[in-house]
Amino acid sequence: MKKVVVLVLLVVALLSTTLTGCKTSSEPQTIKVGGIGPVTGEASTFGVSTKNGYEMMIEEWNAKGGVLGKKIELVFADDKGDPTEGATAAQKLINEDKVVAIAGTVMSKVSLAIAPICQSANIPMVSPTSTNPKVTQVGDYIFRACFIDPFQGTVGAIFAYNDLNAKKAGVLFDNSNDYTKGLAEFFRDKFTALGGEIVAFEGHPAGTTDFTPFLTNILKGKPDVIYCSDYYNDDGLMAKQARQLGYTGPFLGGDGWDSPDLVKIGGDAVNGSYFTNHFSKDDQRPEVQEFVKKYTEKYGQPPDALAALGYDAMGLILQAIQNAGSTDGAKIRDALKNIDYHGVSGQIKFDAERNPVKSAVIIEIENGQQVYVTTVNP
Amino acid sequence: MDKIFNLQQLINGIQLGSIYALIAIGYTLVYGIIRLVNFAHGDFYMLGAYAAYFTINFMLAQRQNPYIIFILLVSMLAGALVAFLSNRIAYRKLRYKPRLSALITAIGVSMFLEYFTSAIPAIGPSYRPFPQFISMVNYNIGTAYFTNYQIINVSISIVLMLILTYIIKYTRLGMAMRASAQDKDALRLMGIDLEKIIDITFIVGGALAGAAGLLSGLTYPRILPYMGIVPGLKAFIAAVLGGIGNIGGAVAGAFILGISEVFGYSINSIIGEGIAYAILILVLIFLPQGLFGKRTGEKV
Repeated sequence: MKKVVVLVLLVVALLSTTLTGCKTSSEPQTIKVGGIGPVTGEASTFGVSTKNGYEMMIEEWNAKGGVLGKKIELVFADDKGDPTEGATAAQKLINEDKVVAIAGTVMSKVSLAIAPICQSANIPMVSPTSTNPKVTQVGDYIFRACFIDPFQGTVGAIFAYNDLNAKKAGVLFDNSNDYTKGLAEFFRDKFTALGGEIVAFEGHPAGTTDFTPFLTNILKGKPDVIYCSDYYNDDGLMAKQARQLGYTGPFLGGDGWDSPDLVKIGGDAVNGSYFTNHFSKDDQRPEVQEFVKKYTEKYGQPPDALAALGYDAMGLILQAIQNAGSTDGAKIRDALKNIDYHGVSGQIKFDAERNPVKSAVIIEIENGQQVYVTTVNP
Repeated sequence: MDKIFNLQQLINGIQLGSIYALIAIGYTLVYGIIRLVNFAHGDFYMLGAYAAYFTINFMLAQRQNPYIIFILLVSMLAGALVAFLSNRIAYRKLRYKPRLSALITAIGVSMFLEYFTSAIPAIGPSYRPFPQFISMVNYNIGTAYFTNYQIINVSISIVLMLILTYIIKYTRLGMAMRASAQDKDALRLMGIDLEKIIDITFIVGGALAGAAGLLSGLTYPRILPYMGIVPGLKAFIAAVLGGIGNIGGAVAGAFILGISEVFGYSINSIIGEGIAYAILILVLIFLPQGLFGKRTGEKV
């Protein structure tokens, strides 16, 4: 009798473990999507806006019932604006969290560290804002939601030459950063091709706070415009120091200027400057206005381009999973290649290099406020 | 044209050198007395900048006018306090242990201050825009430009250096500091408390670094918990260049380094910093004691 009881208990125990075992090994109830961005470090406002964009897009899909009948879960990692940290974050997302795709990251130099990891793991990656051309050249799993440096540097040069009537330009960039260097080179090439003169092409080392020696060199050539292709916290300091050295003309920059901290650091010095960007909250398209309204309600401040591109990058991934009908990396990749996505930063279709073909806006800083000037089409 | 141009670069170099000088003095003072290269010194500078940041923001929020002298005192006090505490907590117990242990501890204190500061939510690891509480005024001589910020920086640096020179040369405390640099045993035999002198040395060095923090925040208006690393290293190099242990040497070394760095950049922006350090290497090959390091009797 006792033996029978033991036997029954054993069978029950065995069955219960196998049954629960079955349950845990069954399909996960959510689809995990990775998000990477620099929420701390030298470009922290970029990271925060981007993360907000990711979150908002996911919430909207989840409110509609998710993708493929499952809720989406964002697994976010901070890259601190550092390539090593970024690579670690990507490995963690892929190997530990088993994400199906990654939206990230902001800075080109960090994306260049992450892209080979995603490529070799067959995980599709969509960078929201890395504009350096090399990023998507890493492989066929790497996409981006923004236009690339040649376009941005070229638009900057055309705007400087035609609209600002600048004939002489100085260029100041971070010599150790692929993004700012790339932008500076494309600006230089186009500006010279148009007939303008580059009076000085100065690269500074990373972490510089005193730009006066470089600016003094640039100002020697009496430029009509100074192209600063750095990120906002350097641009603000540069503008301030250039004013101290007696420069009164405009500055021109890329999307790295887009931060509320620019004016806090640069003060009055950045007024009357222009930069090329992906998105303006003053764009009157209804989907932009709806996005601006929802974002402002949720986060208490209007979205910048980083938020818009984070939102679109995540949107591209989720739409591609839906179109593919699968969470398999190769299938998501194929869906991304053929996507025609209607984003808040414009209509997104990928070319053969997996770069979107889309428009750029020019923004002016007036009394510390960003003012929409014009849209430039490719 | 080019001559006037060099004048502009000279002004740029003096501006940079005056900040290096204030940090370099602290390095040299501490080294002169206890033979410790205090790597945490650049972080006292960072904490001085944050103390100013919070005080100015607080006063602006209270609609009070933040007078620069008051802010300067707060920054110096913050630098002095942290310097004093790091001496008491970390360095004092290692005074008669192998010098390498103290050196490694100094690196540890430095990293602790950086990472601890960036872990405090009110500070965080990101850049903070430093409040601009003095409006900028531009002046020019010919085509060379300078601002009231540079005047404030250089004059505060000079005044502080003069006060320090006076203390060291003409007061009993200064005499005790000089004596402790020369012969610690004789100092004790005279009934002077060596530990007290070391405390005071850290306080003075920390206060000067704190002042440099404020000046740097004013001129380069963004601050970061890691902002002390590079200027700290450069100030250390300046102190070595001038002959470590020698105050006048540290100041001279700081200005030489600042000016040669700026001129290096003006020759070629990409290899500019390399040029500055090539000068350093040349000086040290031919004058291993540093420029003013031979007068060992004056070491403090």
